[in-house]
Amino acid sequence: MDFPVFHLDWLNNRGLIAIIAILHVVINHAMAVGGIPLIAYLERRGVRATDGTQAQQWDRLAFRMLAIFFFVTTTVGALTGVGIWLSAGLVNPYAIGSLIRVFFWAWFTEWIVFVTEVVLILAYYLSWKKWVGTKKVSHVKLGFGLALASWLTMAIIVAILSFMMDPGSWGTDRTLLSGFLNPLYLPQLAFRTPVAMVMAGAFGLVVTAFVTPRRSEIQAAALRAIGGWMLAWMPLCLVGGYWYATRVPVAMKAQLPVALLTQQLAQWSHGAITVLVGAVVAIGLIALWARLAPRTLPRVVLLVPALLAILLLGTFERVREFTRKPYAIPGYLYSNGFRKADYPILQRDGVLAHATYTRVRQITSDNEVEAGREVFNLTCTRCHTVDGINGIRAVVANMYGNQPWSVSALDAYIGMMHNARPYMPPFPGNGPERKALATYLVYLQNHADTINGAQRDGVMVLPRPRRLADGTLIIAQ
Amino acid sequence: MLPVPVPRDIPLPLPADGFYLEPLLIVAFIAHILFVNLTVGGAVYVFLLQLWSRRRPDYAVLARAVAQTLTVNKSMAVVLGVAPLLLINVLYTVHFYTANALTGMAWIALVPVIAGAFVLLYVHKYTWVRLAHRPRLHLAIAGVAVALLLFVPLVFLANVSLMMMPERWSSVAGLWDAVWLPAVLPRYFHFMSASLILTSLFGVGYFGREKFVQQAGFETLTAPNIRRFFYRIAFGTSLGQYVIGPTILLTLPADGLNTAVLATVLIGAVISLAPISMMWLELKEPLAHRTRLLEISVLLTATVLCMAMGRHAYRKIRLAPHQRAIANATEQWNSDSSQAAFNARLRSELEASGRSVGQPIFEANCMACHARDERLIGPPLTEIANIYAGNPDGIVTWAMAPGKKREGFPQMPPFEVLGKEKLRHVADYILQTAAHK
Ligand code: HEC
Ligand code: HEC
Repeated sequence: MDFPVFHLDWLNNRGLIAIIAILHVVINHAMAVGGIPLIAYLERRGVRATDGTQAQQWDRLAFRMLAIFFFVTTTVGALTGVGIWLSAGLVNPYAIGSLIRVFFWAWFTEWIVFVTEVVLILAYYLSWKKWVGTKKVSHVKLGFGLALASWLTMAIIVAILSFMMDPGSWGTDRTLLSGFLNPLYLPQLAFRTPVAMVMAGAFGLVVTAFVTPRRSEIQAAALRAIGGWMLAWMPLCLVGGYWYATRVPVAMKAQLPVALLTQQLAQWSHGAITVLVGAVVAIGLIALWARLAPRTLPRVVLLVPALLAILLLGTFERVREFTRKPYAIPGYLYSNGFRKADYPILQRDGVLAHATYTRVRQITSDNEVEAGREVFNLTCTRCHTVDGINGIRAVVANMYGNQPWSVSALDAYIGMMHNARPYMPPFPGNGPERKALATYLVYLQNHADTINGAQRDGVMVLPRPRRLADGTLIIAQ
Repeated sequence: MLPVPVPRDIPLPLPADGFYLEPLLIVAFIAHILFVNLTVGGAVYVFLLQLWSRRRPDYAVLARAVAQTLTVNKSMAVVLGVAPLLLINVLYTVHFYTANALTGMAWIALVPVIAGAFVLLYVHKYTWVRLAHRPRLHLAIAGVAVALLLFVPLVFLANVSLMMMPERWSSVAGLWDAVWLPAVLPRYFHFMSASLILTSLFGVGYFGREKFVQQAGFETLTAPNIRRFFYRIAFGTSLGQYVIGPTILLTLPADGLNTAVLATVLIGAVISLAPISMMWLELKEPLAHRTRLLEISVLLTATVLCMAMGRHAYRKIRLAPHQRAIANATEQWNSDSSQAAFNARLRSELEASGRSVGQPIFEANCMACHARDERLIGPPLTEIANIYAGNPDGIVTWAMAPGKKREGFPQMPPFEVLGKEKLRHVADYILQTAAHK
């Protein structure tokens, strides 16, 4: 309402964020948070090895793994990290703007840790071939120091992520600390940490398969070591995952007294747990295989844990995203960008009356479609496109089929859509806007349309309505 | 003239006073831009040196050495960019996000563009030997990386310019509109020149060391050669800045300029005369020493600081009226919004207890003269409800300015003080109660 509406009418705005965020999380967890300690562990194996050539082989493997992880983390990894911000700023500036205000100092601290992390990884990577001989032990220590910094960056960001699911007492006192110490924080951290370690192992298997000579002594030893590493972290994954999965619905139930949502959530977390357990068991079996009989492991099988780990993390992030709908910040901001507290004024006067950027201020009998399109743009496009991913034409067709859609039926549906589909926020506009929106949706049944977003179509600024002393709103024509 | 948009701000307090955050922004920004300069300038140098190496093979060695430095510089540039991004997000929330959205495609393209440039720079660096027999391909990789990197500052400058020109927001749709805003292109060239100057001075200090030259194994290049090479470019480009700088001042909208801004920028420009003449002195010496490099760097840092402060002050002055308007609009909105929320709650409470919103207002203002079924001073509500069935607004109009209708009735007093909204509730109440039973 107060920001130009950026919109991708095919990919969907959420699709944009999802691609960038999932890429980032996978890279960050597998190659930094989990990857660095794994590399330091492999490097230490080399230092510990009594045999000279073996020591060298361990070292070479660890370095190659680092080189690959370094290549990816300092390019795509780093940029997708910034990209989450940039895309969130485009897609839901209200949410990210509010979060940054609340979490500024956390983010600032995060930044300092982050700078440390980058400096350390540069040092770790660039000094690998220089700190040799007696300095090798310090180099391994540097690796573990870097691992700590990577973990700390995650530990801070997880606070923000879990805040978005359950702000805890921030809802009442609005301070940084209470936002930080929200109820889902520790379970989520307890889950993500071992997951990152296991993921690193999964990626480590792939790297090992490709950078060490086939069926060589070092390959077998490394696969055995990494298999052991994964098996060691696996139980913690399950414990953390269980803790987290049981906390989510409790926290969400407290947040949202919508029976339906809780039901759907139960199904969701049920499904999520099945995927989680299945994937973990499969990963565990392959890790066990690597541990016990590394030489019999075919290369293709070595790819499986990495793929499953991505699936696992993807599901987890999806559930996380889902559980906080219809909110961006529970109890405060809906994911359509409207604050809960502003609903009464908007539902009375309408969003068109108050939007800073709109092509229509007032609905008349001959601009209903245009007005409805603007209402759609302002209130639905954070989640829906016209014909792209989660396209509105398709979801409406799914409800009413090919028979002529009816304005009054859609009008009524929009009025109660938050009950019908609890992941959607209530409609923020007033009665005439609801009808205009319904008219636009009906119009879509027989007309093609594309919403280009402010990045292509720009914005239109109409004079704001005046409010008289008695509270009446005067809209200039 | 289109109206200037006055959006409302996010109604949460800033994490700290602007008094602390603004200096932090300036310092964090300079640290960031320093490494950005070295990255962009370094990439340009890698490309040019490799291009020129056909005439002078030693340049290829130098190019490779410059390429090595990019690994660190580009990572620092990214990570140091986070703090200014964070600060500008809180200090200029509305302005920044608006500019981002209006140039949305280019803005989000930064992610793949920068990542792609970095990937290509790595590929270029690690294929130095492997692609030695295909020099054109190898050069092309660097060329594409540089082209990508040259796009990035354009997007940033378009954004920071657009954000401080709210009067242009409704006429911009996409990057290419924003690029033509006042001063964007001069600022772009100013930035690119600064990158070259900085990287050149870095080159003097880092590649101009005897130790480096010994290790590098040049055929003919000597340390003084290298120093002279970089000094020459730094000096020439610096002279150019005296043309580009004033162009920026002249093309920027004048309403952000005041004496303080001008003085800060001019002091910066005057200070810069000293390091530039020092470069000249170094160049005149046969060995092009590095002895003055420290002074040059310190003085240029002072210049950069002045420019950054002037730039920040300009933005602040220019946006001050708009910021105030935003603050007022936000405050007005918050009060309207909470009033509406209050009314809505009241109504739902009343409705829950079986009474209407209009009832208490009616009781306080009209009941003395109107009853349901009998005539008091005025006619009964049943009569009124007959006249105005389905037309509550008619009652409102009447009550705002009553006429004189009935024989033997006194004049009814006007109630416009109550306002249309409340009268409308009363009207609804009248129609409702009188129609009952
Ligand atoms: C927070 C995100 C979000 C917002 C905002 C949102 N929706 Fe939805 N909507 C969804 C999701 C998710 C679905 C489920 C799509 C599916 O099942 O494939 C959905 C489904 C629907 C459906 C089909 C429901 C059904 O029962 O099958 C309709 C109709 C709909 N949305 C209309 C709207 C309208 C109109 C608006 C704007 C007033 C809106 N939505 C805003 C997320 C949202
Ligand atoms: C001081 C006494 C008095 C008060 C207080 C008063 N009225 Fe009246 N009202 C009258 C009288 C007298 C008439 C008849 C006037 C006439 O017909 O000329 C009247 C007539 C009316 C009518 C009939 C108009 C028509 O077109 O026939 C309406 C409607 C009405 N009043 C509404 C209200 C409302 C609403 C209020 C409270 C906000 C109110 N009145 C308060 C004295 C009063």
